[in-house]
Amino acid sequence: ASSSANFQLKPFKLHKLDESPDTEVTLNRDDALKYYREMVTIRRMEAAANALYKDKTVRGFCHLYSGQEAVAVGLENSIRKTDAVITAYRAHGWSWIRGVSMIGVLAELTGRRLGCARGKGGSMHMYNDNFFGGNGIVGAQVPLGAGIALAQKYRGTDGLTIALYGDGAANQGQVFEAYNMSKLWSLPVIYVCENNGYGMGTSAERAAASTDYYTRGDYIPGLWVDGMDVLATREATRFLADLCRKGKGPFVMEVATYRYHGHSMSDPGTSYRTRDEIQEVRQTRDPITSFKDKIISTDLVTIEELKDIDNKIKKEVDDAVAIARSEPEIGAEELYGDVYMI
Amino acid sequence: VQLTVRDALNSAMDEEMERDESVFLMGEEVAQYDGAYKISRGLWKKWGDKRVIDTPITEYGFAGIAVGAAMAGLRPICEFMTFNFAMQACDHIINSGAKTFYMSAGNVAVPIVFRGPNGAAAGVAAQHSQCYGAWYSHCPGLKVVSPYSAEDCRGLMKAAIRDPDPVVFLENELMYGIPFEVTDEVKSKDFLIPLGKAKIERPGDRVTLVSHSKSVGTCLDAAKELSAQGVECEVINLRSLRPLDEESIIRSVMKTNHLITVEGGWPQSGVGAEICARIIESPAFDYLDAPVVRVTGADVPMPYTKSLEPLSLPQPSDVVLAVKKVLNIQ
Repeated sequence: ASSSANFQLKPFKLHKLDESPDTEVTLNRDDALKYYREMVTIRRMEAAANALYKDKTVRGFCHLYSGQEAVAVGLENSIRKTDAVITAYRAHGWSWIRGVSMIGVLAELTGRRLGCARGKGGSMHMYNDNFFGGNGIVGAQVPLGAGIALAQKYRGTDGLTIALYGDGAANQGQVFEAYNMSKLWSLPVIYVCENNGYGMGTSAERAAASTDYYTRGDYIPGLWVDGMDVLATREATRFLADLCRKGKGPFVMEVATYRYHGHSMSDPGTSYRTRDEIQEVRQTRDPITSFKDKIISTDLVTIEELKDIDNKIKKEVDDAVAIARSEPEIGAEELYGDVYMI
Repeated sequence: VQLTVRDALNSAMDEEMERDESVFLMGEEVAQYDGAYKISRGLWKKWGDKRVIDTPITEYGFAGIAVGAAMAGLRPICEFMTFNFAMQACDHIINSGAKTFYMSAGNVAVPIVFRGPNGAAAGVAAQHSQCYGAWYSHCPGLKVVSPYSAEDCRGLMKAAIRDPDPVVFLENELMYGIPFEVTDEVKSKDFLIPLGKAKIERPGDRVTLVSHSKSVGTCLDAAKELSAQGVECEVINLRSLRPLDEESIIRSVMKTNHLITVEGGWPQSGVGAEICARIIESPAFDYLDAPVVRVTGADVPMPYTKSLEPLSLPQPSDVVLAVKKVLNIQ
């Protein structure tokens, strides 16, 4: 086995940036195994959430991240735990990668005591240190993220905030208000538009007069990134995070990705797109399969090693699901708790 | 010593900024312009760009930024030029501000103060003349303060800034320039008024008048007039609308056996309506010798018309009339 390998990335598209992130990157063996493990964990966890929803153990809304794993994994691996992240309602994968345990995520989905918000938040409201949710109001997390970045700058840290939103939210007025103020005040924030092609059932083209989301910060430099390639999302984030820490923020980063499931569990996801389209992405652009091919064909890892990881994750998810199912809910005595601190 | 409401608010913010590095002020025109209503006068010169931040005219955006900063542990004071403009930011006040502590099961606190003038000013018509007391007091997770006097403003503002929960602080433009007599205690740097506690502004035994903000003054004027006729009103200044100090109202009603609520806001689902309901549900109900009467703003958008404007807001004469009706006297 080799200890590292080089890969050629799809070119980035630049908006008001003088330089591009490197398109030739090196991946070492440990990172290859780590990214694979993380992406497969999110995929598996979402499959479990899907099953829990279908047997009615998960209630209400449930937005799955399957297909978008390379975004959370690539970004997280280029920032620090002391940096902040805030995202929208498609929050399970991000919650886990920001340090919420698998049981913390799945038990939150089932609304049980061991959930990271003790079952009070549910699918869209999970939190951890330097992870501010989980927000159910489309676009609202964008100015909130700018505010977190304001706090980082105010305190004189070199921390940064990643504020994620979808292609649907990209049309919200408050996103542009946040762009404006964060540019005026040079806040260390990276706005990440996860363009998965559809805002609910409305395709990007039907909702946005310009689908070049990386340019829509106008005066804010932007970068288009292949969001199905974990090495591209990692490299782009490393590049922008460095600039952010030097006081060059804010930035807009569009990651082109895809969601396999419908918008939420109540959406079969097939009335506004074809099954062929979904199949084609799965076969040609899947972030996990394509990464797996890369790291096997370059002898970074063996098939057996990956199978071993698959099996361990499967068991871990199964165990967490069992707990998320059997764990009790909090008692009625907690109904009025947590409304006020004092 | 005399102190205006404006100076009370200004000194309270100034002292809390001095006390705690994480306190900062942001909003439209708060810095270089010295505040649209001069509440932040001198603060930018003293504290600089970092602590006093001018925002563009984008309420939704800057309210969200302020809440985000609070989630990350700062203590923003978010000024709205008036609460009418905060309608554009209601989502962040309620969905982001009020609910996050609960949704996170106590993991993410939002120590923020949203403040600015509320209620009717003079001659500014419907879009700039509205009381939001009932609106915000409807929402669990928010604390809502509606001060009357300079003493209230100083003590409640300092307490609101130190409070770990989101506070909506409803000032009144017409009160800003009004001077009040205050004691040395009020001027002290640690003068705090607890949120959620009412103040009996004037003791009386015949009827209880419950009010908040500028209408407290309306009640005091009415009480003075009635006193000359031998009718002593007990005037309660709520100070906070949430938590609502129902104990003080109940105690007073059990003493006076009569209740009138007075507010500048609209009648339906208003603060008075809430107080009526609480009294009906309380032991004080059995002590009532007459139905409760609400004196409120008229159930119309505020007219610009000079002669109609006073007809749209509670006047001392309306309160006097209500007292006479409740007590069945001439």
